[in-house]
Amino acid sequence: MAEHSTTTHGHAEGHGEHHVVPIPLYLRVFTALMVLLVVTLLAAAFDLGEWNLVIAMTIAVAKALLIVLYFMHLRWSSQIVRVFAGAALFWLSILFVLTLQDFLTRQGSLFPR
Amino acid sequence: MVTDTHAAAAAHSPDGHAEHSLLHHHFDDLDQQRECNSLAMWSFLATEAMMFGGLFFAYSLYRFLFPGAFYVGSHHLNIWLGTANTFVLLFSSLTMALAVHSASVRNKRRLITCLALTWILGAAFIGIKGIEWTADYHEGLVPAFGGWHYYDEPGSVDELIKNHTNPHQVMMYFVVYFCMTGLHAIHMVVGLILVGTFMWLGNKGIFTNGNDQPVEIAGLYWHFVDIIWVFLFPLLYLIAGFPIFNRGGR
Repeated sequence: MAEHSTTTHGHAEGHGEHHVVPIPLYLRVFTALMVLLVVTLLAAAFDLGEWNLVIAMTIAVAKALLIVLYFMHLRWSSQIVRVFAGAALFWLSILFVLTLQDFLTRQGSLFPR
Repeated sequence: MVTDTHAAAAAHSPDGHAEHSLLHHHFDDLDQQRECNSLAMWSFLATEAMMFGGLFFAYSLYRFLFPGAFYVGSHHLNIWLGTANTFVLLFSSLTMALAVHSASVRNKRRLITCLALTWILGAAFIGIKGIEWTADYHEGLVPAFGGWHYYDEPGSVDELIKNHTNPHQVMMYFVVYFCMTGLHAIHMVVGLILVGTFMWLGNKGIFTNGNDQPVEIAGLYWHFVDIIWVFLFPLLYLIAGFPIFNRGGR
């Protein structure tokens, strides 16, 4: 990225923690977040069945990625920090996948309706 | 021996001896120290993700089991206030990011301004949330403190039959709703205390003398809490659709 190379303050790659992100980039990320907020509201205004949830979650993930990568500087962080961030997602996926494969495959009425 | 290495490393740090005092004795150099501090905060945020993850899982399971109840429950939330809060929180993330920038370029006045804006926006979020919760209480939607009389509300029976659900299932939606927004609000209050303390400390100039990383780490926490809301908003408020065009009247 052009912004990256112009603002590294001469620090070596890999020690990105001290990276100063330029303000225009922050403003662009914020604009993108606002656009995504409007898009998620517009998408919810139409009845698309199951797709409403898929679209809403895709937009939420996109917003979260923008915040993590730019506001939280993960884009310029070291590998070990990225591993820790990824580990959180990995363990969350264990929680969801392993527990849901139990609940979603049960026969009979464990939960009375 | 250890002291020698330490002094040598500090002397080689890019910002010279002015920042020597910022280096704690158990680190080799400032880069290592920054990396370690940052990693510690990310570790904490990973445990936070686990804690919220339990609630997100409970949400997923109950939404799968009681889709009609989640539709009805979501319909009772004020989508405009939810949208306003999403805007407020995203905007506060921008001001927090600008506070981090201000600290790193050693601009004390702008740092305090940005932190103050972040604090005001965070407080506005809590205020709007408080208005919502009060309205929920008056509608009989609080499944605690004697605040649950949804079944007595006019129209509730028709609503339940239409969506193939019952009051117990709708109650479950509101249990999940209050647990998730409640835990999030507690995190917001902690964030407000943090930002308030940083305004007080920052005013003494301790973050604008090269010691900018504490602001960055506080920012990581603030952004994390923002991300939680980014997921809570569509999951809790948008199930029943956005009330323009054709989806408001169900």
